[in-house]
Amino acid sequence: MTGSTKLRRILTVFAVLIAIWLVVPVLIVIPISFSGENSFAFPPSSWGVGHYVTFFTEQSWLTSLLVSLQLAVIVTLIATVLGTMAAFAIVRATRGSGAMERFFTAPLIVPGIVIAVALYVAFLQWGLIGTATGFIAAHTVLSLPFVVVNVANVLRGYDRTLDRAAAMLGASPWTTFRTVTLPIIRPGVLSGALFAFVTSFDEVVVSLFVQSPQLQTLPVRMFTSITNEVDPTIAAASTVVLVVSTLVLGMASLTRRSKTNV
Amino acid sequence: MSDNTTGASIEVAGLTKVFKNTTRPAVDAIDLDVRPGEFMTLLGPSGSGKTTVLNMIAGFEDVTEGRILLDGQDIAQRPPYKRNLGMVFQDYALFPHMTAAENVAFPLQRRKIGREETTRRVAEALDVVRLGQHGDRLPSQLSGGQQQRVALARAIVFRPRALLLDEPLGALDKRLRDSLQLEISRLHSELGITFVFVTHDQEEALALSDRIAVFRDGHIEQVGTPTDLYETPASHFVATFLGDSNVFTGTVRDGVLDTGESELRCSGPDGPSTLIVRPERMTIGHNGSSGQNRLTGTVTDVVYQGAFRRIHVRFDSGRPGMIRDGTDAPSVTAGERVDVSWDVAHGVVVADRDDAVVTT
Repeated sequence: MTGSTKLRRILTVFAVLIAIWLVVPVLIVIPISFSGENSFAFPPSSWGVGHYVTFFTEQSWLTSLLVSLQLAVIVTLIATVLGTMAAFAIVRATRGSGAMERFFTAPLIVPGIVIAVALYVAFLQWGLIGTATGFIAAHTVLSLPFVVVNVANVLRGYDRTLDRAAAMLGASPWTTFRTVTLPIIRPGVLSGALFAFVTSFDEVVVSLFVQSPQLQTLPVRMFTSITNEVDPTIAAASTVVLVVSTLVLGMASLTRRSKTNV
Repeated sequence: MSDNTTGASIEVAGLTKVFKNTTRPAVDAIDLDVRPGEFMTLLGPSGSGKTTVLNMIAGFEDVTEGRILLDGQDIAQRPPYKRNLGMVFQDYALFPHMTAAENVAFPLQRRKIGREETTRRVAEALDVVRLGQHGDRLPSQLSGGQQQRVALARAIVFRPRALLLDEPLGALDKRLRDSLQLEISRLHSELGITFVFVTHDQEEALALSDRIAVFRDGHIEQVGTPTDLYETPASHFVATFLGDSNVFTGTVRDGVLDTGESELRCSGPDGPSTLIVRPERMTIGHNGSSGQNRLTGTVTDVVYQGAFRRIHVRFDSGRPGMIRDGTDAPSVTAGERVDVSWDVAHGVVVADRDDAVVTT
């Protein structure tokens, strides 16, 4: 008895230490972003919002932010539709279900750099480097698995007698999908979509290969900033990315909680 | 619902279902006539094909061979959503994201019925199942019995001419089952539409049905009224599946069944046969009349059941038997030697088939 409480105490301490280790370096960018000086000095000796003003006014930052947001929205829409269809195929297939699932979730396992190099070679051939189409295609590949996994999970718990009931009441397969299936699996679709959004919004490795100086996402712009210049605006940029990602993932966990309530 | 007092006729002819990767048909060339407005029960053990037949009528299973005629029209190739049949499922199948009223409104919306009429008919249908006050509840806020009543309302609100019921009482406890059974019976007589009811529960079947089709191994063993099936079962299987029976096997010659140990008078054609006598047709004691068969045996157990007693005996032949007796009859105790007798007219003779062995 006392042995297990002691063990639990040790585990709690351990968990807190890991949490600190994970979070503190991330949180350090927040105070730096509010620094009044033009340096990375920590702790800052004066405060101000100058870095945010620069971030939201300087053309290269602002453009890359808008590119990232637009890209994330488009990728979310495409990945959600395709991923939901793939999840249906996986869960409802009579044969090859396991193979399909491994195929569609492969981008989670294949190293990002390998995907990046492969896409780079292919996109060079097809002339997609530095194009919106190239970014959309690349990010969709990376986002798709999150939708597939989330939708497949809710779909496995879906009672197909409901489809039969709807059919007997006069609903065609499409009407049944629209009025019965989709509303019931909506929490899984939503959380898949939110994950897809975040995946696209903060993706950097593949984007570095697809980008051109004329078309850069925010993480790519940040990467060039940190390698080529010493500009604390990046702290403000980091904070913006952090806030957006946290908000979106927070929404994802909310949709999952509401799923258990229904 | 005065425009709908007659139900549809459902005629099934040569209906066969062979599932993929199997050779033995799950349903083997079945013929069945369900008359307009009839309460027809498909009764049988699990795997006997009754549910497969219902699923083919509903359109959930492809028909391997044969025809399904709804009012004379072959619907075998029509998708379920174009068959216009009501259906009630064992696990209710209510849409969890819709309230009771929205569930009931669903089939009306599919039929593009106006908002006002929808509201009126939803209220009407919920009243019919006495859930008028619960329209705004979600299924998760209703009890099992209430959910099944919502499902019933949803299945009849669009005035189908036939209602299919797939073990609708199977998921409910005993008390709820009895009250919902009454509800279904009342609905049937009020609506006047055809009911096709699938169950493995013989008491349910006897209590509700106009006629019962007893299924076994993909065949129909017998179709008849509850009285027909109980009083004159056509086979050993039907006799033992519906109610308790005393069973004597042997060979009939000139109106006498020779079991090897005793000779029992009966009426049936010569040949290897089984004599079936219902427990309530047997009495303890013997009045000496010539119209009776008599066996002697030893009481092994007496079970008091309130309204009656069940007396288990072992006949001198070693065969077990069961007698159902009123509680005001003279009492007997285990170990007592008794005469057991029954009127010859109450014995039913069925011809033996080599597959007549039953396990229930």
